[in-house]
Amino acid sequence: MNNTLQLVWLIPFLPLVGFLINGLGRKQLSKALAGLIGSGVILASFLISVFVFFQVKSGNTKVVTFFKFINTDSLHINFAFQIDQLSSLFLLIITGVGFLIHVYSTSYMHDEEPKDFAKYFAYLNLFVFSMLLLVMGANYIIMFIGWEGVGLCSYLLIGFWFTNNDYTDAAKKAFIMNRIGDLGFLLAVFWLLTKIGTVNYADVFSAVNIAKLTPADITGITLLLFVGATGKSAQIPLYTWLPDAMAGPTPVSALIHAATMVTAGIYMITRSNILFTMAPFTQSVITIIGLATAVLAATIALKQNDIKKVLAYSTVSQLGYMFVGLGVGAYTGAVFHVMTHAFFKALLFLGAGSVIHAMGGEQDMRNMGGLKKYMNITHITFLLGCLAIAGMPPFAGFFSKDEILGAAFAKNPIYWIVGVLTAFMTAFYMFRLYAMTFLGKFRGTYDQEHHLHESPAAITFPLITLAILAVVGGWINIPGVFMNGGDKLEQFLSPIFAGSYAIVAKRELAPTTDYTLMAVSVLGALGALIFAINKFSKYEKTTVEETGFGKVLENKWYVDELYDAIIVKPLKKLSTFLNNVVEKSGIDGFVNGVGKSVNYGSRQIRLLQSGQVGNYVLLMVIGILILFIIQLFF
Amino acid sequence: MPIYNYIVLAILLFCIGVIGVLTRRNAIIIFMCVELMLNSVNLLLVAFSKMHNVEFAITNPTLASDAQIFVFFIMVVAAAEVTVGLAIIVMLYRNTHSVDVNFLNRLKN
Amino acid sequence: MNPANIWITFPELLIWFPLLAGMITLFIKNDKSVKAWSLIATIITLIISIGSICYSADKYFYINNVSYYWLQYLGASFSVGLDGMGRILTLLTAVSFPIIFTATYKNEYKNSNLYYALMLLTQAGLMGVFVATDALVFYFFWELALIPVYFLCSRWGGEKRIQATFKFFIYTFLGSLLMLIGIICVYQHTASTDYCKHSFGVQAFYAAHLSHTQQSCLFWLFFIAFAIKMPVFPFHTWQPDAYEQSPTSTTMVLSGIMVKMGLFGVLRWLIPVFPLASIKFGSIVMFLSVAGMIYASCIAMVQDDLKRLAAYSSIAHIGLMCAAIFSMTQIGIEGVMIQMFNHGINIIALWIVIDLLEKQTGVRKISQLGGVAHKAPVLTILLVVIAFANIALPLTNAFVGEFMMFSGVFKFSAWYAAVAGLSIILAAVYTLNMIQKVFYGQVNTLTSTIKEISWNEKLILSVVVILIIALGVFPQPMFDITKDTVAAIVTRFK
Repeated sequence: MNNTLQLVWLIPFLPLVGFLINGLGRKQLSKALAGLIGSGVILASFLISVFVFFQVKSGNTKVVTFFKFINTDSLHINFAFQIDQLSSLFLLIITGVGFLIHVYSTSYMHDEEPKDFAKYFAYLNLFVFSMLLLVMGANYIIMFIGWEGVGLCSYLLIGFWFTNNDYTDAAKKAFIMNRIGDLGFLLAVFWLLTKIGTVNYADVFSAVNIAKLTPADITGITLLLFVGATGKSAQIPLYTWLPDAMAGPTPVSALIHAATMVTAGIYMITRSNILFTMAPFTQSVITIIGLATAVLAATIALKQNDIKKVLAYSTVSQLGYMFVGLGVGAYTGAVFHVMTHAFFKALLFLGAGSVIHAMGGEQDMRNMGGLKKYMNITHITFLLGCLAIAGMPPFAGFFSKDEILGAAFAKNPIYWIVGVLTAFMTAFYMFRLYAMTFLGKFRGTYDQEHHLHESPAAITFPLITLAILAVVGGWINIPGVFMNGGDKLEQFLSPIFAGSYAIVAKRELAPTTDYTLMAVSVLGALGALIFAINKFSKYEKTTVEETGFGKVLENKWYVDELYDAIIVKPLKKLSTFLNNVVEKSGIDGFVNGVGKSVNYGSRQIRLLQSGQVGNYVLLMVIGILILFIIQLFF
Repeated sequence: MPIYNYIVLAILLFCIGVIGVLTRRNAIIIFMCVELMLNSVNLLLVAFSKMHNVEFAITNPTLASDAQIFVFFIMVVAAAEVTVGLAIIVMLYRNTHSVDVNFLNRLKN
Repeated sequence: MNPANIWITFPELLIWFPLLAGMITLFIKNDKSVKAWSLIATIITLIISIGSICYSADKYFYINNVSYYWLQYLGASFSVGLDGMGRILTLLTAVSFPIIFTATYKNEYKNSNLYYALMLLTQAGLMGVFVATDALVFYFFWELALIPVYFLCSRWGGEKRIQATFKFFIYTFLGSLLMLIGIICVYQHTASTDYCKHSFGVQAFYAAHLSHTQQSCLFWLFFIAFAIKMPVFPFHTWQPDAYEQSPTSTTMVLSGIMVKMGLFGVLRWLIPVFPLASIKFGSIVMFLSVAGMIYASCIAMVQDDLKRLAAYSSIAHIGLMCAAIFSMTQIGIEGVMIQMFNHGINIIALWIVIDLLEKQTGVRKISQLGGVAHKAPVLTILLVVIAFANIALPLTNAFVGEFMMFSGVFKFSAWYAAVAGLSIILAAVYTLNMIQKVFYGQVNTLTSTIKEISWNEKLILSVVVILIIALGVFPQPMFDITKDTVAAIVTRFK
């Protein structure tokens, strides 16, 4: 029975093959073929993943070792995959949502040249490959390989249209910000290596090895790992790359910057949950950072007019939620939210892509409006997505958000208050987006209005599928208060978190409290939602500029400017200073100075050779006298 | 007679020679002063060789005569030097109509 | 196999063959034949080198070496041998030269027979350095490798070549002389042999009786020589000038292989000979290396000249290798072993790309280029892989080495590792900047004439890229080769 899991290498291998075929044959392949190969390999991976998932569900988990990656006297790292509940779930999300987005892309990217089209699918396949390595790896090194690999693909895809300088700037920013996080990740791994000497999950989390770590070690390691997560999962202070990353094609935003890559940080922390549970300080840091990110991003989203930017900040905000879940120990809640978020956020992005496609590339919501009557499927699926993210029951977002908020309340009611306020804001800006886009009357140009149409089936099929998932996705983990034994996900994942729950037991709220909390959040969100629809369905274009606080929000709290002023510019100045002053005048000046002084000295000494014989004789006599005196007296 | 007197005489001669070389500009006089210095050294060598190992010298006269051989060498070399040196001075006089050494800095630069 | 039956051994072949090939080159008059012959000769050398890895009669260092009588009355002998580190570095030397010759096949040189003869002479010198097991032989080849490079730079270099090469020569020569003094001092303390009171053999050096104070003094004589060669901050200023002014194929040799002489020297002649002093001064060297990494990375960020950018990036990488060596940890030294090879391959590949750009546009200024990706997509893809290997992305060859080196540094001190780690970020900054400004963006008048690279350039770069990825996924063979050497070095300071 165990042998069947040996086949898991096919899951990442197929996308890699797709990448190679599309990448090397990009000049020969027709668009249809490139799209078919690109999507086909992911579909195949998805099918294998489903098979693996059911294997795991029946209790068949395994670490599959392929070859020795590094094997020296001081370091042993295997190229191995860990197939268990957590990774199999992520496999499903990645390949499933990934497949839908590949299908969507075949239509969305259709205007590209054939070779760019193939290149796009090559990158996308490479991304899926890296992401699969990330979640399947059985040690931190394999995870890091995937971790940097997805960063690379993100870089390549954000800068896909590389002629535009802003886009490549955004790509560069994303990569560098991720690298800052990666440094934290790496340092944590070095720390583990130094203290424990191994990076295999199974060994690191064994009781014997954890006992080798002092509490300070654990706190340090977890904090550094969290730094890694802030980079990849766009948390304060490293979140600013994600909104800029919207420069990439919309399906990329859906796949990488909403559904999968940005959740890598959450995956990594859930993977190492035992370490984090043992570090309460880190947990508080994570909760606070998560909450702060959620609030900050939500406030910025309130005032953005670019449809993708709103979704981007919404993603940052939802990621903040997930970190709150991790911080308060609701690991299942966080994973659950990753999953539901993958469904509805991918749906929203793809819907937005459909709108942008129909509008001929227009992304400014002020120029949209009234699209309801032109694009029915997009409209309905988008509305379902909005309801899901706003946390309306019985849509997916309600259950996952509720679980996190409940756990936050159990830990500290203040966390809950902040969280629920963010949820209200989420409902508000999502329905502001919905109203400005689909309700009211059309505000674009005549050409655009003429061009409006529903998107083709390759676009609507993923939308419908994801919409169904966004509706029913939450039902796999219905809280115990509603249905006894409804928390199927919780039960499924319980082996992963067994260690953590053994240290800190899961806190259950009293049913009445739970009901009250739910009622408050749902009613509040409903209020915000209705308010937003009322306010923005009759939105008219104005030229009045925002003032006061609104302007601060519109300019994203000036965080980019702040970073520019305190990090980028001083660094540049320092480098210029080092180059011009220290290097050229200082060190090189010294080196050349030695040469010059020798030169100068010789020129001076040369003057002694006057050519006057008398001088020479005099010097000689003086020399003899000196030697004489030395001889006599010393 | 003590060696001391010879030494004083030799030093005096040598100093006269040195001062002559330093102060005079006439090449011939300088030349003569150089000879003077050489001869002061010769004098000293002969004196030393005579005074050193006096007891042995009585029984074995060849033993203490090493330095005197040196003196011969020096005299031969000085004679050779005189021939070459004087020849140079003569050539110099023909070219410059002077025997002033301060004209001899032409090699400079 | 009985050693008596072998009339020539691999280490000797590796030295004499390039030397002989170089001599022959001098007598070929036709430019094309010179190039073809040199390329064939280096390929034969490569085959010899691969053979030395496959058919090593014995894994152990001191059995595979040969020794001839040479200056016996001084206690020196012409002894050469190949251990794991020697194998890796001779392989690097052997691999690099065909790559360099193929990539620059179209470059024209005045007196090309002389040029190629000097290149082959350099190769022989480098091989000699890596196989020498006698201090005097080591010193001899150390200088032999330097002198042809001086002539290569000063005859075929750029505008300011005289200045740059003079500085380079004086600088490295100063180091060499200090090392010579050091060698003689250690020699005075070696045990006697059958023929002489002292010996220059490597084993004799390892066994030399040196007091703590003597070690401390002699350490610096050797270290400065190696530090200049590597180069370690603040002895590095000859490097950017020399790289900028040398003809590109010489620059490749300089940066790809010659800097490894310094690292090799440290690992073979410094740490094992002065283990106590190495531990004592480890933190000073570590500080210099780490400071140098950050310093060089910062300067690389503001360079406009591609060659200087690559030069400073190389200084930063070498700094990490030096830091890893002086972390005195097994994992660090294991990392250095494979990184010496990988860095050589990567930096040579980077130079090839820079050379291709310069040949086509005539400039190396980042600010003047742009949009090359439109005109030469294959070149761009290959460059992107090379550039990401340069910043040690996982699954490229540099990652494994850098990972292990960083963990070595971390074991030494977490703070040093954290600061050194900043260079990972800075490396990403300058590399991506370069890619963005040179390859992305709009085509301008200068770059509009760029054509896709030709098949031989494609071929050679593809070979390099395949090497980069293959070694990134399967680094294990390299570890197997160097395993014994690392163990031997580690036992010296434990």
